[in-house]
Amino acid sequence: MADFRLSEVDQKILDTVIAVGNSTERHTRYYEDHEDEIPPARLEGERGFEEVLPMFGERKPDDTPMMTFMMALSIARGSARGVTRGLGLGMPTGRAAGLGNAALQSAGTPEQKAKWGNLFLAMSITEPGVGSDTKAIQTTARLDGDEWVLNGDKIFVTDGVRCDGAIVWATIDKSAGRAGIKSFLVLKGAPGFELVRKEKKMGIRSSDTAAYAFRDCRIPRDSLLGGDETVPKGGGSASYRGVMKTFNMTRPAVASGGVSKARGALDFAIEALAKEGVSVDWSRSPGQRSAVEQRLVELEADTEAAALTVLHASWLSDMRQPNNLESSICKAKGGEVCRTVPQGAMEVLGGMSISHDHVVEKFLRDGRISDIYEGTGQIQRLIIAREILGYSSEELT
Amino acid sequence: MISFQLTDEQAMIRDSLKGFAAEVLAPTARAIDEAGEVPASVIKAGWDFGLLAASVPEAYGGGGAERSCMTNAVALEALGGGCASQGAAIMAPGQFVGALLDFGTEDQKAEHLPQFAGETPVACSLAIQESQFGFAAENQRTTAVRKGNGWILNGEKRLVPLGGQASQFLVLARDPDSSGLGAVSAFIVPRDTEGLTVTDEAGTQGLKPLSKARLTLTDLALPGSARLGGEAGIDALRLVSQARVGAAALVLGLARQATDFAIPYARERVAFGEPIGKKQSIAFMLADMHIECETMRWMVWKAASLLEHNDPGAPKAAALAQDYVRRKAVKIADDALQIFGGHGFIRDLPLEMWLRNARTLTVLDGPVSV
Repeated sequence: MADFRLSEVDQKILDTVIAVGNSTERHTRYYEDHEDEIPPARLEGERGFEEVLPMFGERKPDDTPMMTFMMALSIARGSARGVTRGLGLGMPTGRAAGLGNAALQSAGTPEQKAKWGNLFLAMSITEPGVGSDTKAIQTTARLDGDEWVLNGDKIFVTDGVRCDGAIVWATIDKSAGRAGIKSFLVLKGAPGFELVRKEKKMGIRSSDTAAYAFRDCRIPRDSLLGGDETVPKGGGSASYRGVMKTFNMTRPAVASGGVSKARGALDFAIEALAKEGVSVDWSRSPGQRSAVEQRLVELEADTEAAALTVLHASWLSDMRQPNNLESSICKAKGGEVCRTVPQGAMEVLGGMSISHDHVVEKFLRDGRISDIYEGTGQIQRLIIAREILGYSSEELT
Repeated sequence: MISFQLTDEQAMIRDSLKGFAAEVLAPTARAIDEAGEVPASVIKAGWDFGLLAASVPEAYGGGGAERSCMTNAVALEALGGGCASQGAAIMAPGQFVGALLDFGTEDQKAEHLPQFAGETPVACSLAIQESQFGFAAENQRTTAVRKGNGWILNGEKRLVPLGGQASQFLVLARDPDSSGLGAVSAFIVPRDTEGLTVTDEAGTQGLKPLSKARLTLTDLALPGSARLGGEAGIDALRLVSQARVGAAALVLGLARQATDFAIPYARERVAFGEPIGKKQSIAFMLADMHIECETMRWMVWKAASLLEHNDPGAPKAAALAQDYVRRKAVKIADDALQIFGGHGFIRDLPLEMWLRNARTLTVLDGPVSV
């Protein structure tokens, strides 16, 4: 039976997650003031997620399925007003895990997983001239004896500063297009691998973003993820497809991050305006609302709608049903509301919303990236349009 | 527990109604729209699915299935995907039955429910709308005043669905000495009640074949037993929310239908040497239409599901679904027309009809309920 009510224990977990997230509210700008420091493990007064974890034991097996609940949890967590650690997605598990770890798990050989599984791995795809169009990447890898030699530049590497190494996309045959692209594990300290800089960003400053340079960078031959050194004719290689599959799993999570910032900004606006005597009476007809009340209704409806698409995409994955299209839908919606809702929340709050006295402007800055990384809203629409129109990626570009 | 899983029965109802909508409703939709009348045979064919009879308790001769707002939402979307006008005509009596089940006293249920368990379609509906622009259910002008053991109703109801045929109406009226939806009651009014004048409406932009009437209530005297729920009355917010979500569910089906109609056209229609679907300006419109059809469905389902469980969050979810669908469904119907260009404006194709119906269903409370 379709149901949208949370069980008591799930509601308790979500409430606690928000309370834990709010425990650092007075440090909320810590990372902005200490942009170049290694953040402390625990800030003064910070409550930890260890108080949440035992509650999971109280969940019944027939409750909201786990992936779906994790997305609800991610939305709740990101809507809190304290510091955000990393990208603020999901819940810290104690062990560092970057996007590269997900790629290793989905495309690595058993030996590679065993060898590198405990490292903190970033994902390095984007180049100065190549973003969403990943098949156009310029970084090359050439086999020389028992080593691969990498040359090229990479940017926007999430966790690229603090990671142990990165999964780097490079082509072994430029003429082969997508089929020539392979992923390589490059550890920090490899000869010819340089961490060029840490980017300064609009938001998500607690998540470091690095630029890399590879100049005749030499890595062992077994660093090719999946181990397949051949270039298949026609179509992408298994390792390329394997890594692209990573995104099916991560898009709902990234979308939840966008929704969470919409939720946080909206909750702030609702609370703040209620203190000024403005609130929505849900029993009244649409025509009876003031302009500000109507705006709040629209922001709430948009946020709710986006949240439901995230829950739906993750619920499908819980049910072991395909969710490729639904992952793009939720990513498009999450990307939309991370922009429109914090902007709208500031609009109804007026001038004081820009002040660093309040957290609401930070939701806009932290949320804005959600419509860019893991595939822009435009890329998601391209994927959806191809799917519903029955066009290949060559037919609709 | 969060779940998007329909019950097996709901999935079965959805599939059979989708087939009916595609094979029976859609092919005749334009002709019926031009003729301005839903044929009795269509209403009978819809009735024969037994949705209403199933929800009537066994004690009154029905199927005894649980009354389900979710099932109604699923059914409305399926029918709306064939023809919103015919879907509305088929489902409008459900407003009357649902309200009886939710709020009726045992005596009222015993008196009125058995007729819906039979094989002959019964026409009846809910009268909410009034003449004034900016109409709000909580500010309605139709009044109900106690007189002795009974009630005196005065006022005017407009655009009442199935008005031409209905044997009885559920009329909303307000206590003139009080305000808000808490002051609103519902009264069971047989068509032949003295003081009730029923006249056909002149015409409407959308849902043209759905009969609509103006009810004029002049010192209309009703016995105490006519007030739905007796002394307890009704939860008018719940009733109105069900009508809002009902209209949203129906227009959701229409939006899906318009999207599915535009997709193959975008593949066929060639401009500047290639199908217009290969141009991002059109492809992205279609992607957005698809995204919003999906998204609207979850908003409607959440509201319907919470209404079904009489959850405290239901009125808010209903208001959100109404707001969301109101903005998105009209845009989808409008964009579908735009993709067809001038052809969308010609009455040979259903595009302009869908836009009129979408606009209609997103400004009226009702004419169907979940």
